[in-house]
Amino acid sequence: MEHFVDIQGLSFQRNDRFIFHDINMMIPEGKVTAIMGPSGSGKTTLLRLIGKQLEPSKGSITVAGKPLSTLNHDALYQLRKKMGMLFQTGGLFTHLDVFENVAFPLREHTTLSESMIHTLVLLKLEMVGLRSAGHLMPAELSGGMARRVSLARAIALDPDLILYDEPLTGQDPISMGVLLKLIRTLNDALGLTSIIVSHDVKEVLDIADLVYIIADTRIIAEGTPAILKQNNNPMLRQFMDGLPDGPVPFHYPGCSLMDDLMKEEA
Amino acid sequence: MINQIAALGRFGINIVRHYGRAGMMLFQVIYYRPSFRKGFPLLLQQIYAEGVLSLIIIIVSGAFIGMVVALQGYHTLSKFGASQQLGPLVALSVARELGPVVTALLFAGRAGSALAAEIGLMKATDQLSSMEMMAVDPVRRVIAPRFWAGCISMPILTIIFDTVAIYGAFWLGVHWLGMDSGSFWSNMQSAVDFRLDIVNGIIKSMVFGVAITWIALHQGYDAIPTSAGIANATTRTVVYSSLAVLGLDFILTAMMIGAW
Ligand SMILES: Nc1ncnc2c1ncn2[C@@H]1O[C@H](COP(=O)(O)OP(=O)(O)OP(=O)(O)O)[C@@H](O)[C@H]1O
Ligand SMILES: [Mg+2]
Repeated sequence: MEHFVDIQGLSFQRNDRFIFHDINMMIPEGKVTAIMGPSGSGKTTLLRLIGKQLEPSKGSITVAGKPLSTLNHDALYQLRKKMGMLFQTGGLFTHLDVFENVAFPLREHTTLSESMIHTLVLLKLEMVGLRSAGHLMPAELSGGMARRVSLARAIALDPDLILYDEPLTGQDPISMGVLLKLIRTLNDALGLTSIIVSHDVKEVLDIADLVYIIADTRIIAEGTPAILKQNNNPMLRQFMDGLPDGPVPFHYPGCSLMDDLMKEEA
Repeated sequence: MINQIAALGRFGINIVRHYGRAGMMLFQVIYYRPSFRKGFPLLLQQIYAEGVLSLIIIIVSGAFIGMVVALQGYHTLSKFGASQQLGPLVALSVARELGPVVTALLFAGRAGSALAAEIGLMKATDQLSSMEMMAVDPVRRVIAPRFWAGCISMPILTIIFDTVAIYGAFWLGVHWLGMDSGSFWSNMQSAVDFRLDIVNGIIKSMVFGVAITWIALHQGYDAIPTSAGIANATTRTVVYSSLAVLGLDFILTAMMIGAW
């Protein structure tokens, strides 16, 4: 199987507003695929669709050869055991300490002995540089640390597919470098498929094999980083170079500022 | 006009959906049996959180209510020269009515609101979503143990409330009002029927337990994931479950007395 995730003709609406309009996307197996786009363009929504936490309005999503719409409860949970997801907000369990947070999926899904779990958790925490922070509660972590714990938890079960929602936000340059290397290494060493959502264009282009850029309900560009760097599409250039003016809408869709101001006076 | 009809229709659909989701949640909780090894520790933890931590308020309220009923009852009974009947009066009113209802109202305020806030906050901070993505069903892992713990705790709390209230009345009657302790107990024993009075009271408390935990868990699980949404869910839990307890109490009493 070549495409680990295959999205065909996907549309998704929230209260009559299209977030996606008829998009196709293929995520190759064993590669790092980056998804980028302006804030509010629906990247998190897309990851939730792939994890079947949201249902598409139209179109189909296939993960690991299984069409999501046909899965029943048990099959879906079976499939999710092979997925790891790093949430934008971290999503750590506030009543458990860091160690227990990472141990949670192991305790739920395996019958490993206590000492095995201890070893595995320490190894995962070591990877994200937090081995000695195991006793801290989530409330005692900084935003960047919480995100790294969440990453350790997402890879605890050695999944086949990892969805990273902005893993680099709030990291200092050093931990950003470490995390990028970790994402790449995990991908190559374990042969997983990674989907990474990020706003750090330059850094992500360095490690990604394939890039999709979403804006305005559509995919405006796709291809390898080398191809994208040469593409002259004005929308793409504006996004990649971070220019304030250009065709990509910065504003939430609606009427113009002038109209809004006039309405108030009337 | 058309808009108003449409709004009315949307309102109706939302209500039906709301009840549909609540029903689905209850169905899933009852349908899925958790494994004993994993489920039992979770259940114990929740019985502690909902039941044991509610003990103090239940015991204190039970003692005061028992004593107040004894004072009021003695005052009225002595007008008819029937003050010897204080034991039966207290036992019957507490076991049949006050015990289950007051315990349920306190339980809704103490445990129900805490449940709704906890679940709502777990939802708002993506803890439930991340659990789902780790292939752990939050309905089984989070909702179910809390539901069963509530169903188990309520009858036990009610029995404790009844006992403390009757003992409070006994203490007040004998040590304060100078009644004879032997006649207090023997009159009570001959007037109270185990099946009709005690068991019926406990059946009530079981029904209240299901209603309160169901309302609280559903309000939390369905809360809008914002601070205002959670505040709303907590308030609604207390209001809805108090009303449900009082309404159900009327229906159950009517059925038990046989007026139906
Ligand atoms: N629960 C919701 N109800 C209604 N609309 C929502 C909801 N969640 C998200 N949206 C809308 O969906 C759109 C996409 O949101 P999403 O969170 O996917 O954006 P994003 O691309 O991840 O943005 P960011 O880069 O800022 O994280 C936004 O315009 C947002 O307004
Ligand atoms: Mg996002």
